[in-house]
Amino acid sequence: MTVPVVQARGLRKRFREKLAVADLTLAVGEGEIFGFLGPNGAGKTTSLKMLLGLIEPTGGTAQVLGAPLGNLRTRAGVGFLPEHFRFHDWLTGREMLRYHGRLYGLRGRKLEDRIEFLLARVDLVDAAGRKLREYSKGMLQRVGLAQALLNEPRLVFLDEPTSGLDPIGRLLVRDIIRDLKRAGTAVFLNSHLLGEVEATCDRVVFVKQGRAVGEMHMGDAGAGLEVELRVEPITSALLEGIARFGSALERADSLVRLRVDSEEALPALARWLVEQGANLYNMQAHRKSLEARFMEVMGEDQRPG
Amino acid sequence: MNGLLTIFQLTLAEARRRKILLATFVCGVAFLGMFALGFYFIHREMVKHAGMDQIKQRMMLTTFVLAGLFGVNFLTVMTAVLMPVDTLSGEIASGVMQTLASKPIRRSTIVLGKWAAHGLVLAGYLLFMAGGVLAIARVIGGVAPPGIQVGLPLMLLEGLVLMTLSIAGGTRFSTVTNGIAVLGLYGLAFVGSWTEQIGTMAGNESARYVGTAASLLIPSEALWQLAAWHMQPSVVRDLHLTPFSPASVPNGAMVAWALAYVAMVLVLAVRGLSRRPL
Ligand SMILES: Nc1ncnc2c1ncn2[C@@H]1O[C@H](COP(=O)(O)OP(=O)(O)OP(=O)(O)O)[C@@H](O)[C@H]1O
Ligand SMILES: [Mg+2]
Repeated sequence: MTVPVVQARGLRKRFREKLAVADLTLAVGEGEIFGFLGPNGAGKTTSLKMLLGLIEPTGGTAQVLGAPLGNLRTRAGVGFLPEHFRFHDWLTGREMLRYHGRLYGLRGRKLEDRIEFLLARVDLVDAAGRKLREYSKGMLQRVGLAQALLNEPRLVFLDEPTSGLDPIGRLLVRDIIRDLKRAGTAVFLNSHLLGEVEATCDRVVFVKQGRAVGEMHMGDAGAGLEVELRVEPITSALLEGIARFGSALERADSLVRLRVDSEEALPALARWLVEQGANLYNMQAHRKSLEARFMEVMGEDQRPG
Repeated sequence: MNGLLTIFQLTLAEARRRKILLATFVCGVAFLGMFALGFYFIHREMVKHAGMDQIKQRMMLTTFVLAGLFGVNFLTVMTAVLMPVDTLSGEIASGVMQTLASKPIRRSTIVLGKWAAHGLVLAGYLLFMAGGVLAIARVIGGVAPPGIQVGLPLMLLEGLVLMTLSIAGGTRFSTVTNGIAVLGLYGLAFVGSWTEQIGTMAGNESARYVGTAASLLIPSEALWQLAAWHMQPSVVRDLHLTPFSPASVPNGAMVAWALAYVAMVLVLAVRGLSRRPL
């Protein structure tokens, strides 16, 4: 990882008795699509607001784009789509983008071109002349997303960008995030939608009750593979031998389950079994799903709140 | 600077789009129409009774002009409090402020831009209303109160005191609470000022001090008293012939205090928003 675009150390936020964020330590790399995943009330929005300088942390330190929180110059390189996006609803979509662009210091032709490009990107060209008050929730969410990208940011914070969107809208957001990745923009994505995160993120951090409780790299074997074998006959020597290839060995009749670190373990394991003279009827490996990992990390006790 | 201008224009656009300007203008025109009608009839009556002595006629008409200006003063106060009452609290509550405050501008820029825009609208409103009253008096009755060039800026300063309080309150309180609080303070200053006037006439020192203390707390009514004092002929004010002739005239120090007051409250507004969790 090069210089992180977000670096937090022990970030804390207490609202009176409520500890919303207990101890947040994380780093997001340049161009990384980072998922911040947790149930309702886990402290996602609070964390993001601290990173944006909207609320003051109770403790800890953090840097965004290498500068301390709240730095003005930094904000010029950051985009933000709030959880409940609202803007002056007496403006039209295009006017709203224009005012926002000007707040980013953009002007003239460059701004107008950017606005038209983004309106097309979020599929709102036809509605751009209508007042925001007449927009549906999904349209507001999309114009809000356009707003977050006006300044061609190096880092975008998206707080549940697909809430209120229909499946087409969700795909659109997914596509936009892919575009951002291609352009080298880092994305800090707050979500509790596993599918969304799974489809877009490079890496996920799980939050629970204001703490980061786990991490998972998507698309690599870091999270391990689950292997299920049907072999006969099963002897204790065979089990011991299989155990050397992975961990968390389980056995039920002729089925053996274990977790291996990488795909390379699979042919080695098969070769070894054959060498032992065992009959291998079936061998299946599947990546541990984000959902399974999520449930594992969150535990059974998790309740919304 | 760009940010300030953008917030300024956004605020003006809001006043226009949300029909705030239209409503104030329409009500203002209705007020002026009423005043013109009243002035016309009173003036015609006087002209008929040619026997009435000239000085008395002038005095009555002047008093009516002052009553008109008092009406303008009251409307300016209301406009000053209500127009910006939700400009911060409303945007904080709706979440609009989150998007604004995450832009590369200082929060003080947001406050100052809004303050300047509302101040401009307020000044325009006062000029329109007071100008209307004065024009009507001049055209129909040929009456022109003295000291306008001092009185009107004082009235504007009074409006700015309350407008700034209303903006500052918006960083801490919800819209309704804020409106009630600022109007309550205005009422306090109003009663305080009258306590001072009557106390002075009655020669009661304690009442005078209470009034002065209230005027220091919110120098709005004192500014109106001073403005009214400047805008009437010396005969009228020296004889305390009307409710607009203060017995205890606020002095120049009160004006300096009011200016400092606006600056201080503005600083509080900036600090209030800067510290406000959004
Ligand atoms: N201003 C506040 N005052 C008091 N408590 C707050 C405040 N903001 C958030 N909290 C509390 O902090 C906790 C974390 O809230 P936060 O909004 O960060 O959660 P979240 O992970 O974004 O949840 P969701 O998925 O529902 O958006 C919650 O228990 C919430 O009640
Ligand atoms: Mg949230």
